[in-house]
This record gives sequence, structure tokens and C-alpha cells, in this order.
Amino acid sequence: MSSTRVSYTLDSTLETVNNAEETAGRMAAEAGFDDEEVMKISMAVREAAVNAVLHGNAYDPNKKVQLAFERTPSDLVIVIRDQGKGLDVGKIPDPLAPENLLKTSGRGIFLIRSFMDVVEIHPSHTGTELKMIKHVRGNADSKEGPQ
Amino acid sequence: MTMKSSTRQVDGVTIVDLSGRITLGEGSIVLRDTVRDLLSKGQKKILLNLADVNYIDSSGIGELVSAFTTAKNQGGELKLLHLTKKVHDLLQITKLYTVFDVKDDEASAVKAFA
Repeated sequence: MSSTRVSYTLDSTLETVNNAEETAGRMAAEAGFDDEEVMKISMAVREAAVNAVLHGNAYDPNKKVQLAFERTPSDLVIVIRDQGKGLDVGKIPDPLAPENLLKTSGRGIFLIRSFMDVVEIHPSHTGTELKMIKHVRGNADSKEGPQ
Repeated sequence: MTMKSSTRQVDGVTIVDLSGRITLGEGSIVLRDTVRDLLSKGQKKILLNLADVNYIDSSGIGELVSAFTTAKNQGGELKLLHLTKKVHDLLQITKLYTVFDVKDDEASAVKAFA
């Protein structure tokens, strides 16, 4: 099976968040994931889109969100990129820490990491790229760390 | 599907029946406005019925936390009723399940308010 890739350039709006979630759900279903995995993938993409639109681009109409899906024989790879100032990964709080449990925000990246097999965050001064990978069933062995 | 909310009174407790999605935008705003409106009217025993909430994102989780702490800070009490599996699982992985007072029976939930 060869790879297929589709990409979208989207406005920094709430509509983009909803569209990204819907598209991710459709892509995940087409890739053969079950309903629960489809929900997790679409939610991870929703959270990533919220980060890009709200925290990255700050709803700036001049800034765009790039969203790409790639289906390889072993993975569904999703990349979302904003044009913000770049996420400071070191400042992402642990939402499970007792002092953060009752905070009203800060759970998006945590949920993405919980739902996807591989998550890479690449910030730069021209924006943040978030890469998420979900292994197609039968290829989940790389989720485990080195023995 | 956007979120809808309706309220009813049972033995001094305001039950808020929510349906739809609690997500960034309209869903979160409906929840926030509903809870703030109840508290401003002195209705401080609030039971959120989430039986028909089929989806919640991190913003929605944040709004539930905000509702909980806002009620508590104003001398009120907020409990959750009838979590769907999706919402239950999300509250478990975010360690909020034990923060909220979660009930699965309306009558006993109403009695549980002080």
C-alpha cells in the first residue's frame, strides 16, 4: 500500500476547529480505526486545532492553520501548524499535578498525548508544528519504550 | 449539535439537564451562563445532568471545573449526574473524577445535598 497525503490551509476560526475534528474523524474511519479510536483521534486533532487557532494564531485573520493527513501502510500521521510565536514546551504545566487539578485550562496537550501513539512538538519563532501519529492496528509495538 | 440546557427544581435542588456538546465556543458559554445565572438568583444547590452530553473537549472540562469552583466559592454545591462513558473516561484520565461529586441516581443525588 502506498502513502496518501491530503493537506488543508484553514482560517483561524472556531469553524476550522470543528472542520478539523470532522475531517480527522472521517480520515480515521477510512483508515480502519474502530469507533473509540476514531473518537480519540478526532478529539486529539480538535485539541491541536484549538491550540493553533486560539493560542497560536490568536484568531488573527491574517494567520493560517495548515492541517495535513498522511496515511502510510502502518500509520495515520497528522500534522498541524500555526503561525504564532511558538509554543514554549517547557512551560506546559502538568494538569495532573495537585496544584493544577482545578485549573480551567491546560489539558489540551495532555489529552493529545493520551490519545495518540506519538506526539512531537516543534516550536519556532514562526509558529508551532504539532505532529501526531496513530499506529494502524497491528503496528502498535513502537508505542512501548525500549526494553 | 450545539448544547441545550433546561432547569427544573426538585426538593430545593436545581437540576440542569444538558444535551449536546460542551466544547469551546457556544457549548461552554451556555454552561457558564446557566450556572452563573442560577448562582446570582441564589440557587446554590446545582445538579448537572450530563446524560445527554455526548461530547466534551478540554474547554468543556475547564468549564465544568469553573462551574464547580464558582459554586463552591459562593457557598454553593455542584454535583454531576449520569455521566456518559466518554465523559466518565475523560474525567478519569484527567484525575477529575474524584474531585467532582459524581452521582448515577437522581433521587439519591438530590438527597445528597446538604
